[in-house]
Amino acid sequence: MNVPDELRYNKSHEWVRLEGDTATIGISDHAQEELTDVVFVELPEVGRAVDAGDPTAVVESVKAASDIYSPVAGEVVEVNEAVEADPSLVNSDPYGQGWIYKLKVKDVSQVEGMMDADAYRGMIG
Amino acid sequence: MVPFAGWNMPVMYTSIMDEHQAVRSGAGVFDISHMGQFIVRGAGSEAWLNRMLANNVAKLGDGEGQYSFLLNEGGGVIDDLIVYRLAEDEFFLVVNASKMAEDFSWLEGRRDEGVELLDQSDAWAGMAVQGPDAAEVWSKVFPEVALPPRNGIAEVPGGGIVCRTGYTGEDGFEYFSPASDGAGAFRAFVDAGAKPCGLGARDTLRLEMCYPLNGNDLSPERTPVEAGLGFFVDLEKGDFIGRDVVAAQKAEGPDERLFAIEYTDKGAPPRAHYAVLSAEGETLGELTSGVLSPSLGKGIGMAYLPRGGVKVGTPLQIDVRGRKFPAVVVKKPFYKPANKKG
Repeated sequence: MNVPDELRYNKSHEWVRLEGDTATIGISDHAQEELTDVVFVELPEVGRAVDAGDPTAVVESVKAASDIYSPVAGEVVEVNEAVEADPSLVNSDPYGQGWIYKLKVKDVSQVEGMMDADAYRGMIG
Repeated sequence: MVPFAGWNMPVMYTSIMDEHQAVRSGAGVFDISHMGQFIVRGAGSEAWLNRMLANNVAKLGDGEGQYSFLLNEGGGVIDDLIVYRLAEDEFFLVVNASKMAEDFSWLEGRRDEGVELLDQSDAWAGMAVQGPDAAEVWSKVFPEVALPPRNGIAEVPGGGIVCRTGYTGEDGFEYFSPASDGAGAFRAFVDAGAKPCGLGARDTLRLEMCYPLNGNDLSPERTPVEAGLGFFVDLEKGDFIGRDVVAAQKAEGPDERLFAIEYTDKGAPPRAHYAVLSAEGETLGELTSGVLSPSLGKGIGMAYLPRGGVKVGTPLQIDVRGRKFPAVVVKKPFYKPANKKG
């Protein structure tokens, strides 16, 4: 299972990559493997303000629709239109081309409070 | 794994897409041990079954089967099933797992003297092998036993029984064995080239064919005529439970019918209970089933909609969490298997 060391994770299997005060958010390799065959991604609107824990996007496989919860609070500044056109990128490259949206983070310490790679590996077993 | 009618069943073994594709292009095997099997036998069985079921059992010869319905007094569907004639006044019924107990008590409560009704559901395991290569898989596992023709049933040495039916639109068979032989049969079919398939692919495959799922597309409040399955109801054979309502509907046309609906473009997968709207935005009904069709790459679903004004070609919208995706009423089925052999 691929769990990159430089990212932060939360219990509902989203990852965050922090660069300055911009957080890129996607779903983990473990999550995409559990979902299998992602066929649709519903992106949030750019400019939307979200709180930590808000359902912000939806990732759908053939079997089910899964909400993506924002791990941190902030404003949506960019969405990945490539996954809208080709949802399978979430399966093939969950930490790269399969990212979902970017936030301008309100409080960077919220990211630091998330699980590191070791803790997340421990959680998914 | 998900709970299903008292069983724990896999939604998928590897991937719904891959399993679906295996059945459309090669062969897949489904564990259908959850399904129920009843035996009806004894003098007068045929006449009694013909009063209990909507289709005409008298049309069956030995070794032949037909799709039929158990209806309530109002013509609504208690269950859809397949009935096979094993011999004169001896029949084998394959019923849905979720309705097994209800079917049995309904039939038992109306049983004629001299007719024997046995629930053998616990005694049998069932494996459905489906796909253009299904007959090849069979001949590798049972080289000495010929498959029966379409909708037929045949005994298999060792206490098994094989039916040439399925729920995918492809060629295939359902093999019922003594329960203790089930796991071995599953492995043998896998070794012979069938890919293990779960409930997810079973649902996408059957919905592409517009085969109804009882509990979703069929219910005690809907008749076979409303479901577009009037072909499997025989009004000429004499009286049967539910006949009056079904006959009146057939004559006058039902108020609502189960229509096939397809997205006109890509979109969020449709699912059961999503609202179906007219092009103008008026709510017309809700989906009884919906999936992203792996064969078509588009959303497909079925819904009971008012017949006035809705027909093949009518533009509709499906409401997915407030977003409206354009769709259109199409002819059934959504998909025509291209790979049929023999």
